[in-house]
Amino acid sequence: MNPANYIVLSAILFSIGAIGVLVRRNAIIVFMSVELMLNAANLAFVAFARMNGSLDGQVVAFFVMVVAASEVVVGLALIVTVFRTRRSASVDEPNLLKY
Amino acid sequence: MTDVMPAEGIFSLIWVIIALPFAGAAILLLLGRRTNAWGPYLGIVTVAGSAALAILMAVAMFGRAAESRTVGQDLYTWVLVDRFQVHMAFQLDQLSITFVLLITVVGTLIHVYSLGYMAHDENRRKFFGYLNLFVGAMLLLVLANNYLLLYVGWEGVGLASYLLIGFWQHKPSAAAAAKKAFVINRVGDVGLSLAIMLIFVTVGSVSFHDVFGTVDKANQGTLTAIGLLLLLAACGKSAQFPLQAWLLDAMEGPTPVSALIHAATMVTAGVYLIARSNVIFDHAPTAALVVVIVGCITMLMGAVIGSAKDDIKKSLAGSTMSQIGYMILAVGLGPVGYVFGIFHLLTHGVFKAGLFLGAGSVMHGMHDNVNMRRYGALRAFMVITFVTFVACTLSIMGIPPFSGFWSKDSIIHAAFEQNAFVGALTILAAGITGFYMTRMVIMTFFSKARWEDDVHPHESPKVMTIPLIILGIGALAQGFLMLYWGDIVSWLEPVVGYQEKEVPIPEVLILSLSIGVVLVGAAIAILMYQRRPVPVEAPHGSWLTRAAREELYGNTVNDVLVVEPSLQLTAATTWFDTKAIDGIVGSLASFTGALSGRMRRYQSGFARSYALSMVGGAIIVVLALILVRLS
Repeated sequence: MNPANYIVLSAILFSIGAIGVLVRRNAIIVFMSVELMLNAANLAFVAFARMNGSLDGQVVAFFVMVVAASEVVVGLALIVTVFRTRRSASVDEPNLLKY
Repeated sequence: MTDVMPAEGIFSLIWVIIALPFAGAAILLLLGRRTNAWGPYLGIVTVAGSAALAILMAVAMFGRAAESRTVGQDLYTWVLVDRFQVHMAFQLDQLSITFVLLITVVGTLIHVYSLGYMAHDENRRKFFGYLNLFVGAMLLLVLANNYLLLYVGWEGVGLASYLLIGFWQHKPSAAAAAKKAFVINRVGDVGLSLAIMLIFVTVGSVSFHDVFGTVDKANQGTLTAIGLLLLLAACGKSAQFPLQAWLLDAMEGPTPVSALIHAATMVTAGVYLIARSNVIFDHAPTAALVVVIVGCITMLMGAVIGSAKDDIKKSLAGSTMSQIGYMILAVGLGPVGYVFGIFHLLTHGVFKAGLFLGAGSVMHGMHDNVNMRRYGALRAFMVITFVTFVACTLSIMGIPPFSGFWSKDSIIHAAFEQNAFVGALTILAAGITGFYMTRMVIMTFFSKARWEDDVHPHESPKVMTIPLIILGIGALAQGFLMLYWGDIVSWLEPVVGYQEKEVPIPEVLILSLSIGVVLVGAAIAILMYQRRPVPVEAPHGSWLTRAAREELYGNTVNDVLVVEPSLQLTAATTWFDTKAIDGIVGSLASFTGALSGRMRRYQSGFARSYALSMVGGAIIVVLALILVRLS
């Protein structure tokens, strides 16, 4: 199996996630796209670990998963709080910090 | 060059002569109001102490041979910078002891007079402090043995003059007059500092001994330049043309100030400077010629101005200007005239102080009014003032046997020895002197009384009339005593040099011309002011009278040449500062403000656009990395 294909897949997944962050309006969907980007990075790490024959990439993938989990906790807490006060989960709504 | 003797015996106290007045000034000015009760008396004691020491030293000097009369006292090395060495050292020779005697004796008399004159002034302790400061600085000036220390005294008397002219600070006219005097003096001071610099560059030292010993090695041009710069300094301090405008305004100060500073001593510092630097002027005949020209112009100018002023003090100030013109002229004539210039300085110091103190006495009795058109017929009411004033008037007019005759006649004679035209000008000025002094006496003491309503003229208290009597006796006896008994010519000759030349016109003719012209001037004054009534309102007058009232347009010339351009320069600089410099800084600030106003629109609050910029930035960084890797 050519490990280069996994790198390409990882790139595609990352791009899809990036576009999702930029294009989608619902905050939960944006978070999903962020998760997608993180997982694409994970895939790249593991593929490179396989290509180099060491386990360093796989260990880093673990770290990334932990970070992703904690980030989801904080992010969802934020969304829930915002939704409670503003009754809206759109990322366009809170725009008070402007000139 | 005579040898300089060490300072032994009484001469070891030379520094005390200078220290006493300075100590008096320090005590009175620094301790302030605590000294109000006894302050004036301390002021008199210090100057009297210096006078006593000076008299003792003069007596000691008399007893010595002419070659050993110069005494030097070196206190310490003041400036020591590589080749530039200046000592705090004094030189007491015939010239300086003469000046010291004049300053301290006349100074003491004026201090005593001020006790009475300033009795009702609440700031009189400060007045005595400033007077002491002046006397100390003037003594430093004449006792210094090098040009730099002389300059310290020079500046000191300028400062004291400023403080004393503006003594009544609450009067705007007095404050302006003080400022004017100081600024015009400053122009002269520039001349003196440039001269000192030039002397140092040429000779390598500024002490009199070194300069006068090596001056013949310098080239003519440098010596002429030094001479002209010294003349500029003398013009500023002695109110000679073209720096004469401050003297008449300086009459805003109290009358003792006018007597001491602007008649007897400070204004004579210029004459001292030129006489002391006689070696330089002897080697620079062009500079000496310019000195004579300046002296002639001022001699006539002052006399004309004094003839038209109704303010008694301003008329006397014009007279001072004229008499100092005589002295400057005399010292410009070279060895024929140095001694007589100093001689006239000494007699003038006494009789002019007498005239000013007499004027102060008249003012005291006339409610401080200075307008002579409001005087008249005072001779019965102020007898002592009248008699001493007339004595000093006869002296200044040059009537024998009064002192002024001996000194002024010697100058006229010396002028004729050098140049008949200059001699004729001195005689003309003598005639005008006769006119304006007689006019002053008639308007004040004779003619009809033209007093204001609440004025009751009375004689002044003894503390004021006794100095007047002493000065009046001096005006009578000093000339004859100094010339024949004291033999001032051979006394000063070792220091300034003396020469006699043939006179083209017979002496008897010069003598009778000078006295005759004075009597003619007096007769004209009697005709104009005694025979006809003196109007209380000044009449319109001829063009010359009006010009003389305006001080021969001296102030106008200064305004046009100096004041207006300076004001324009200030206005232009202010305009430049406000428009150009503030403009640049302000526009820089407003540009930054405008730029930030544009830039902050990027903060739209729209989260997705922020995210887009982040992604865009990341892509650029990645592309850059890839490009670097590929190359």
